[in-house]
Amino acid sequence: MPLYHTEDQAMLAETAAQFMGEEGAIGKQLRHWRDRGCKDGFGHDLWKQMAEMGFTGLLVPEADGGLGMGHVEAGIVLEEIGRNLTPSPFLTSSVMAASALAHASAEGKGRWLPGLIAGDSVFAVAIDEGAKHRPERIATRAEKSGNGFRLTGKKDFVVHGASADMIVVAARTAGADDDEDGVTLFAVPKDAAGLGHNSVRLVDSSMASHVTLDGVELDGDAVIGEVDGGRTVLNKVLDAGRVGAAAEGIGVARGSMDMTVDYLKQRKQFGKLIGEFQALQHRAAHLYSEVEIARAATIKAQQLLDAGSEQASLMASVAKAKVGKAAGLAVKEGVQMHGGIGMTDEYDIGLYMKRDRALAEFMGDVYYHADRVARLSGY
Amino acid sequence: MADLEAFRAETRAWLEANCPPEMRQPVQDESDVYWGGRRATFKNDAQKAWFEACRDKGYTVPAWPKEYGGAGLSPAEAKVLREEMARISARPPLSSFGIWMLGPALLHFGTEGQKKHFLNQIARGEIRWCQGYSEPGSGSDLVSLQTFGEDKGDHWIVNGQKIWTSYADKADWIFCLVRTDKANKYQGITFMLYDMETPGVTTKPILLISGNSPFCETFFDDVKVPKSYGEDIPAQVGEVNRGWDVAKYLLGHEREMISGADGGARTSAIGAAMKRSAGELDPLLRAELAMFDVDALAYACMGEKFLDEIKVGKAHPAQPNMMKYAGTELNKRRHELFMAAGGSTALEWDSEETRGGARAREWLRTKANSIEGGTSEVMLGVVAKRILELPGA
Repeated sequence: MPLYHTEDQAMLAETAAQFMGEEGAIGKQLRHWRDRGCKDGFGHDLWKQMAEMGFTGLLVPEADGGLGMGHVEAGIVLEEIGRNLTPSPFLTSSVMAASALAHASAEGKGRWLPGLIAGDSVFAVAIDEGAKHRPERIATRAEKSGNGFRLTGKKDFVVHGASADMIVVAARTAGADDDEDGVTLFAVPKDAAGLGHNSVRLVDSSMASHVTLDGVELDGDAVIGEVDGGRTVLNKVLDAGRVGAAAEGIGVARGSMDMTVDYLKQRKQFGKLIGEFQALQHRAAHLYSEVEIARAATIKAQQLLDAGSEQASLMASVAKAKVGKAAGLAVKEGVQMHGGIGMTDEYDIGLYMKRDRALAEFMGDVYYHADRVARLSGY
Repeated sequence: MADLEAFRAETRAWLEANCPPEMRQPVQDESDVYWGGRRATFKNDAQKAWFEACRDKGYTVPAWPKEYGGAGLSPAEAKVLREEMARISARPPLSSFGIWMLGPALLHFGTEGQKKHFLNQIARGEIRWCQGYSEPGSGSDLVSLQTFGEDKGDHWIVNGQKIWTSYADKADWIFCLVRTDKANKYQGITFMLYDMETPGVTTKPILLISGNSPFCETFFDDVKVPKSYGEDIPAQVGEVNRGWDVAKYLLGHEREMISGADGGARTSAIGAAMKRSAGELDPLLRAELAMFDVDALAYACMGEKFLDEIKVGKAHPAQPNMMKYAGTELNKRRHELFMAAGGSTALEWDSEETRGGARAREWLRTKANSIEGGTSEVMLGVVAKRILELPGA
């Protein structure tokens, strides 16, 4: 498969770019909700509009009422979300939770998917336990209780956790904390007794929860996939999240880079456009090359994921790590090249830096994924 | 698609029958590569047999038309051949600047007579070519070149000096940029072809930090270059005074080649191999290898994307500059890591175990990657101006 978008994908990209550029624009969404101290950190009206565009159920199979598209298409939407810093639960709900729900029972799908597709429901995913991403270790316990389970533990960095109608929780039904086996995924509804949130605003104005599970009682049909064998599904959710976060990161990088390059063509100092200075030209060209390479790795990872390739997981980590490096560079150079104005809240470039920081941490940072590339390569 | 599968099976069988086992191993040093030319000798019978089989099949230049010595393969078929050759680690049957540089220029700018005459010679490895571009005062600022060809009616008299002419001491002919109009910077250069045995041409190798001397200084002292080598075979490629167009076109090819845009071995991950050869890795070296592998694997994706986009005309014309920049910087990093992982063994300069210090020499050689064919700084300048459209300084 060639590493560029097909005609259909290019059309979707155009549609997504137009929609996010208008409806998802920074002034209309991010600044609007931030300045009002919105508890969700995003607008439900936009989520509804995204449903009308067909975005919400993009990864859901047609048989389940969705569009049955792939990670390349989801990545196209995410790149535009990133470019416009559009706050939305698309990544957690339509990419990660949808990837989990693909393995749910018919009842589970029937209960959750229609709300997602209609843009009425928002989902979150609870994996991390601690400040750093380490999904190899799951300490949250799920003990058998009657014909269901009883969940006890604590989850961190649950993005949109407090706004979510359902949280996909990775818990341990057997074995020790670091065991590969013995993990099970659960769909935990928002009103489950014992489910608590300490919801906090992050540096990029998004909302994330420290979730407590204090003896949360669930029926057996809350299980997604196999009991004790949830690692396979969890890995799919993780890869979908990694590649999705990489795609959004590319959007952040490109948005920041475009703004910066435009600025270099307008701002005058010493009687010259600053874009005429070789020192800045070379840094801008280096940045362009890093972002393009990161984008190629991301598209490759999306295609491999859609093809069900064995290489998909390695390339997902390559993409997440490479985007982490490239987008980090894009926002840092963006603020620096803007000079003083880049430090002001009024100007958007700083918002890109904040979003990049949050995305860099989400689903594992550069170091986690470079280490994973080494482990998967056998060293 | 079915045709392509048939072609693959046919190719596989042909390679099985014609590629000797000795030619199915990675190239270790220069003597493993056959460069052709009047004075060429084969290292062994296998190299000779492999070259001749490919020559007769048109596989020294598979994608060139049959009437010019190629096999006339479609891009898809050529890709299958590349893949099948890579599958058995087949060595290239013939390496030459004629194939990589002059050939593409002739295919694009040459007269019918030039194509029939020169392309066939290149495909059959009969003439070894060198490239006369850089001059002592004209490196990255190539267009400032001063070698001058004076018009004498039916011939030119060329005077001047070239530098960094790779393998000029081994070459039979040169494709050379010569100023033919002093008043016009860009439209005053002619792309000429002439014999290195012409009186007045001398060359001298330049010893490099790697201890090797692939490059030469080349001097032209009243060299008489005829304007024509036969009917419809002019000595210049393209029009007189329009050689810069040809040179620019060729630089694009050179940059693609140096960048290793084919996603070849130069851009692969190295951490696992380092662990096998060096044993336990220091944690910080392991971390650097992991960071390198992320960049290398991502760059390989970029190489694939770039080639896919070139095929359908989607790539920006200045994209090879970006590929050249990123690829050569990566290759330098790769060899720094080889040296670090190799430890004191990698320092050995002339031991048999290290094949004469191959690792150290290659490490030093790669430092030229970001200089030859346009420096990294020039590449970044081109990207800034042509892709990002930043204002000219």
